Amino acid sequence: MNSRDQILAAVKANQPAASALPDLDGFAAPGTAGVEAFRKVAETMGSRVITISSEAEIPALLKEYFSDMPLIVSADPAIAAWCPNAPVNWKEGDGRQLQHVDLAIVRAQLGVAENGALWLTEAALQVRVLPFIAQHLAVVLQADTILPTMHHAYNVIGDLRSGFGVFIAGPSKTADIEQSLVLGAHGAKSLTIIIV
Amino acid sequence: MKVGLFIPCYIDQFYPQVGIATLQLLEKLGCEVGYPTGQTCCGQPMANSGFEHLTDGCNRLFVNNFADFDYIVAPSGSCVLHVKDHLHVTDKETAATHIREHIYELSEFLTDILKVERLSAKFPHKVGIHQSCHGQRGLHVSQMTELVGPAFSKPQQLLQMVDGLELVTLNRADECCGFGGTFCVFEEAVSVKMGKDRVADHIHNGAEYITGNDVSCLMHMEGILRRQKSNVKVLHIAEILNSEV
Amino acid sequence: MHTPDLKDHAVLAAQFNANEPRVNWHDETLWWVRQKRDRMAWSLPEWEALRDAASAIKHNVLGNLHEYLLEFERNAIANGAAVHWAANAAEHNRIVLQLLQQQGVKRIVKSKSMLTEECHLNPYLAENGIEVIDTDLGERIVQLAKEPPSHIVLPCIHKKKEEIGELFHEHLGTPAGNADPQFLTAAARTHLRTEFLQSRVAITGVNFAVAETGEMVVCTNEGNADMGAHLADMHIACMGIEKLVPQRKHLGVFLRLLARSATGQPITTYSSHFSKPKPGQQLHIVLVDNGRSRQLGRADFRNSLKCIRCGACMNTCPVYRRSGGHSYHNAIAGPIGAILAPNLDMKQYADLPFASTLCGSCSNVCPVKIDIHQQLYKWRQVITEEGQAPASKAAGMKLMAAVLSSPGRYRFAGKAARWLLRTMPGLINNRFNPWYKQRELPEPPATSFAAWYKKNR
Repeated sequence: MNSRDQILAAVKANQPAASALPDLDGFAAPGTAGVEAFRKVAETMGSRVITISSEAEIPALLKEYFSDMPLIVSADPAIAAWCPNAPVNWKEGDGRQLQHVDLAIVRAQLGVAENGALWLTEAALQVRVLPFIAQHLAVVLQADTILPTMHHAYNVIGDLRSGFGVFIAGPSKTADIEQSLVLGAHGAKSLTIIIV
Repeated sequence: MKVGLFIPCYIDQFYPQVGIATLQLLEKLGCEVGYPTGQTCCGQPMANSGFEHLTDGCNRLFVNNFADFDYIVAPSGSCVLHVKDHLHVTDKETAATHIREHIYELSEFLTDILKVERLSAKFPHKVGIHQSCHGQRGLHVSQMTELVGPAFSKPQQLLQMVDGLELVTLNRADECCGFGGTFCVFEEAVSVKMGKDRVADHIHNGAEYITGNDVSCLMHMEGILRRQKSNVKVLHIAEILNSEV
Repeated sequence: MHTPDLKDHAVLAAQFNANEPRVNWHDETLWWVRQKRDRMAWSLPEWEALRDAASAIKHNVLGNLHEYLLEFERNAIANGAAVHWAANAAEHNRIVLQLLQQQGVKRIVKSKSMLTEECHLNPYLAENGIEVIDTDLGERIVQLAKEPPSHIVLPCIHKKKEEIGELFHEHLGTPAGNADPQFLTAAARTHLRTEFLQSRVAITGVNFAVAETGEMVVCTNEGNADMGAHLADMHIACMGIEKLVPQRKHLGVFLRLLARSATGQPITTYSSHFSKPKPGQQLHIVLVDNGRSRQLGRADFRNSLKCIRCGACMNTCPVYRRSGGHSYHNAIAGPIGAILAPNLDMKQYADLPFASTLCGSCSNVCPVKIDIHQQLYKWRQVITEEGQAPASKAAGMKLMAAVLSSPGRYRFAGKAARWLLRTMPGLINNRFNPWYKQRELPEPPATSFAAWYKKNR
């Protein structure tokens, strides 16, 4: 018997009687969550939260907050028009071509108020490593996609299949040295959330 | 109501005053208390050391001694929990079940069964409560800091009825003192360190007395306090609740 | 307890306690993490209901594990992954080595995986000429120090920043004497970026795998799993067979509990859902048993397989905080390690279930409600039954049982002990008595309660 069959046989022989799955509906009362609730938690997670009334304000915002960052790449075509320095072929390659990106701008499908997390899919990232390898990250989030909890988030994500998806809540961080919190471990050193 | 008094072995031998206070308190509160003289030990020292299979003799003795009481009360949360969880005698299972379901640690017996609302006791001192783990996390005599739920504490409820007594607030409300049965000798270093830290918390917060519902923990902390030549004393909760006005 | 060829928690813990200020520091650091966890738990009124749900989901997983494993395998293959099965640690290591040899690599990056620690993958690959660079900062630090992690979530929690500064000075060329966490983290970022960019293969652990979708979730704060996996030509994900959850929606329960329990954060910075390999990449999943199916068959101990490796039981454990992770001499330390290890090797880990006061705090913080302290008690019985208790202890316990099961012998022994303590205290209060080393014995009273009762009632 090969290991696969051997393991499966042992598991089958030893597993206890099946029990029912709990009902999770009680954890996700229908509704959305306010921007303020999201902002409060996101800020404690180390994110900077900026609220704008229209995406047309993004160029001004880039000027105000990111003028010291020469290489800005946006995975969103509409926003990319405002990032003139991005190499045209930035999507081509295994991801290593992005190592000098100062700021990546991507669009989130939804935000979660209880933990300040943003759900990003492969389609929105274009290159999977983008939000990790860029020195800084900015995420555009529509205010009406902010949900109260992770249960709500998974109800929306449902069984939508993507090759890769990630919840990002704040900049990369570590507290491995004596529990001192340091931002910027391996991923983005800062996260700016632009709520529209 | 016939109450059987269970005085655990080490209390019987080394802290008779705790047994006396428990008996007097229960009598004061109107209980008809019997003390079976053939009693020894609940068997916990063997069981917690991995030798539960050697506790048959203790179990049989326990059932023989306590089967005929309405309630069994002991001044020890740890011994009570052991009986509740592990007392079985093959040919006397009905009696064993009755005991498991009717054995109480003293403070929970006072609050839940006797429903004591006032006491005539006076103890004008600053007192810290040591929450012994088996009483707290096993018998739930008080809320545990790990859980999200409403606060309650049966020992505290009783101590608040004592005239002049002032409870101190600890930095760590319910950390283990490190006694742990035979742990206290097999893991001497960690056991003592835990005890020192627990005692220090009480001292730091101004306690003159440390009280609790398990003499084993108190004995361990008393041993450390005395070695440190501290003025802080330990008293079982029965001794405080029984203190004369 | 102690046999010379076996490591013993009590002995290692006593060594750890030789430096009391350091014990205090270790205790307070971890207690702080426990307090952060408490604040997070209290921020959710439904906390206890979430724990119930998580435990019930995992119970369902244990009862359907065979079916879920097949479902996961089917979906993972459909997603384009290759699935490997390893019966034990050795087979896991061989599978990984073969994959690395196929790629012809000599140096790879790995993010945190307690499973690869359990399997001792790093030394095995080193023997075969492949260097593994651990990329979690804490793991990299202990790797440079040539030590195992002392905590599953906080691998170098036992190290002071000055010691880390020294290590970085020696290995990464940072200036001597600089122990600033901010500076050291920046140095590690630069050092490990080079490794990420050079490595063609990345190994990651797995926090959760979803049967319904064939995807795997990996949680980090640093982003090291993603940096490794997305840049590599080959991603190898190693997981124990118990990591499954039935459906994607169940992740909601576990992701709400995991980081709150572990470090007191609402969620980890990154919760990455790996489903399909990126174009041109190979994704290999290694499913490892290594004793898990055996543990599944032990009714008293199978709940230990619910563990999601949050480390909350370590942070709350008053013994762990004062004995350090290395005293458990096992990849997984603390209370959960002490109930998992005897399944791997009962003789080698016979000491661990005794390294506890059975205070029960571990079971109360456990997000999947494993009855840890009750399992510790039960392991003690099993270890004794299997003849792993020292003969001297067994003899002592037999004697104690004989005395305590006879009122006559008990009365005589008690009287003798009190008489001895009063008349010849030195016979008991001496340096051979571990109680007396740092504690006084109670003042022996003249009479027992029973004798008083006889006289007064």
